[in-house]
Amino acid sequence: MKTALYRLLAAIVLMVPLISFAADEGTSTNMIDELRQLRLRTEALEQKVSETKLTAPAMTLGRAGSAYMNASFDVLFNAGWSSPADTKEIQPGCHDPSQRGFSIRNAELALDGAVDPYLKGFANIVFMTDFEEETQLELEEAYALSSCLPYGLQAKAGRFYAEFGRQNNQHPHTWAFVDQPLILNRMFGEDGLRQNGARLSWLVPTPNYTELTLGMFNGQGGDAFSFRYTGEADTNGIDRVYGHATTARNLDGLGDFLFVPRLASSFDLTDSQTLVLGASAALGPNDTGADTRSLIYGLDAFWKWKPLNAEAGWPFVTWQTEVLGRNFEAGEDSAAGLPAETLHDWGFYSQVQWGFIRRWVLGLRGEYVTGDKSASEDATAERPTEERISPNITWYPTEFSKLRFQYNHTWQENAQDGDAVWLQLEFMLGAHAAHKF
Amino acid sequence: MNTNTNMSKTIVVLTVLLALAASGHAKLNVVSTTADFGSIAQEIGGDLVHVIVLAKPTEDPHFVDAKPSYIAKIARADVLIEGGAELEMGWLPPLIDGARNSKIELGRPGRVLCAEGLALLEVPTTLDRSEGDIHAMGNPHFMTDPMNARHAAERICAALSIVDLDHSAAYRQNLDAFVKRLDGRLASWQKQMAPFQGKSVVAYHNSWPYFANRFGVKIDIFLEPKPGIPPTPAHLADVITHMKAEQIGVILVEPYQNRKTADKVSAQTDAVIVDFAQYPGGVKGSEAGYVELIDYLVNTLATALNRAQTSKE
Repeated sequence: MKTALYRLLAAIVLMVPLISFAADEGTSTNMIDELRQLRLRTEALEQKVSETKLTAPAMTLGRAGSAYMNASFDVLFNAGWSSPADTKEIQPGCHDPSQRGFSIRNAELALDGAVDPYLKGFANIVFMTDFEEETQLELEEAYALSSCLPYGLQAKAGRFYAEFGRQNNQHPHTWAFVDQPLILNRMFGEDGLRQNGARLSWLVPTPNYTELTLGMFNGQGGDAFSFRYTGEADTNGIDRVYGHATTARNLDGLGDFLFVPRLASSFDLTDSQTLVLGASAALGPNDTGADTRSLIYGLDAFWKWKPLNAEAGWPFVTWQTEVLGRNFEAGEDSAAGLPAETLHDWGFYSQVQWGFIRRWVLGLRGEYVTGDKSASEDATAERPTEERISPNITWYPTEFSKLRFQYNHTWQENAQDGDAVWLQLEFMLGAHAAHKF
Repeated sequence: MNTNTNMSKTIVVLTVLLALAASGHAKLNVVSTTADFGSIAQEIGGDLVHVIVLAKPTEDPHFVDAKPSYIAKIARADVLIEGGAELEMGWLPPLIDGARNSKIELGRPGRVLCAEGLALLEVPTTLDRSEGDIHAMGNPHFMTDPMNARHAAERICAALSIVDLDHSAAYRQNLDAFVKRLDGRLASWQKQMAPFQGKSVVAYHNSWPYFANRFGVKIDIFLEPKPGIPPTPAHLADVITHMKAEQIGVILVEPYQNRKTADKVSAQTDAVIVDFAQYPGGVKGSEAGYVELIDYLVNTLATALNRAQTSKE
């Protein structure tokens, strides 16, 4: 009796696939199609039902201020003194405090929002006061970011800071010090590597975070200082970079663009410690010859410790370091008696921040930059060995304001040591952008 | 006999194949911003889901670091659960931008905003930062009311059911079980809290208006002078005066809040400090899940209020 039952069951189980095999192909395709359509209809209906049920709310949710666009205005106001009367000698960065007394070198209007279901838009418009207290206006960044590409890809297009290292594409109000590291000045000029261009990034499907980006830019002008930049005119009206006469090169092909590849990866060492490592490069032609090129390469590391019961983000310790090197091929300048040569520069900064008690952060930064001797005296003089040490202390009443006190001591080859003290006040109005790590 | 064993073998093979076909797709990847939604998602999803919670239960939910590893986790998510009331606005947006996962975009079934459909408390009429850390959409700590947790559970269940249609019946069943358990406990929690109706309790931060409303206690004096602003001596002196005048004997402190401040106030008022947490696992004894967390909160608060009452008599 039992065996019979088993046999019957077995027969039924076997029949199921047999039946479908037995049916001729046309019928089975039709059946599958019909089933698929039915399933789609069911899904659509289910979704409709759940939506009508769920979106009859007491309130509807918007995002971040319920507006089409988030707008904020952030001001960095500096007060202080430097031992050289010309502060720029020891504070070369565009957004550094620029003079004895008071200065505003970064008042930033930031706008962002979804453009449509496919793009997000960002714009940073910066106001600065110069030495005559005239206002300078700068379209610092204006770019669109894709939000619809498959396979972990993301595109960015417009004007933006290149994703090189850690600090280059951070805005001054998120910096841990009032000024830009010397090595970034040496490599990228006073305002970082910032260009019109596009970049594609791929979030590599690894268990930890790994991202590959490739930026492509015009690579021209003072914001691409090491690349197609004609430099400043000497007393005879000849444009020079590091002593070598320049001629403005046009784009003659794909190879004349500036390319910026980057690989970044993060590791959660413990629940309270994270390490982010990155490697970047920037390659492109420069204006000192017909086929001269520059290569900048860099490594960066960022480590943070924050306990799991931190209050409002305190206490914490962070460590951030970037090392950069550059090979700058300078073309032959027979008029000035200069041979073709490759100028080598390198340097690093390393900084620690310690949020020792809620609202308070102590910081310490050490820096070193150097360049080898060149056939051109100008090139040697413009690329001196420099060291700087900067302790600072910051008080954050809230995440919308801060007060920072910083001391800088700078050693410069062939120049007097420089000292500077700065007090910086930040205040922000409007929608506070979320913090990136 | 021989045909019989052959047939049994075939049956075994077929059954295994059918079983494999049924469980053909891997577990659903569910990422939750905080542990309250995460534990509910686990109850509703059971073995069908793999839940990852981003913020640790002891962590200050306003100030979670946007770690890059979270980008990788959200990139792989089939479902992302968040409060949707701006609690996570300081860290979630860059993670979502970085993750570039179309399944969890706003408006897709894979994105769950638990507060959607709830009437939040304390919605400000004007947005003024001189009033401290005010959330435009209202107080975001809505999950401390079990009825709101029930709402969140329904939303989570609806999302799982759409994303994984084949198992919608199982999700529905688990939701029903959860709601039944929650409703059953709610009656006994309210009974436990019944003797303390209208009693005042002091909290460090304004995280508990929903809990207070549900259980009939008053939690409207805070050690913080304004939301997100650290306690000042002058404000604490006011709080101490109030506590003495109104005979308030309990202070609620969460894992990430400054315990020393509460200790100072307690020393001057003889108030009992009670470890409270909004998230399962935030305090010892609340690890098992959301229902166990509320169990813990109600038990410890009732015990503390009882002690405060008897010591005053």
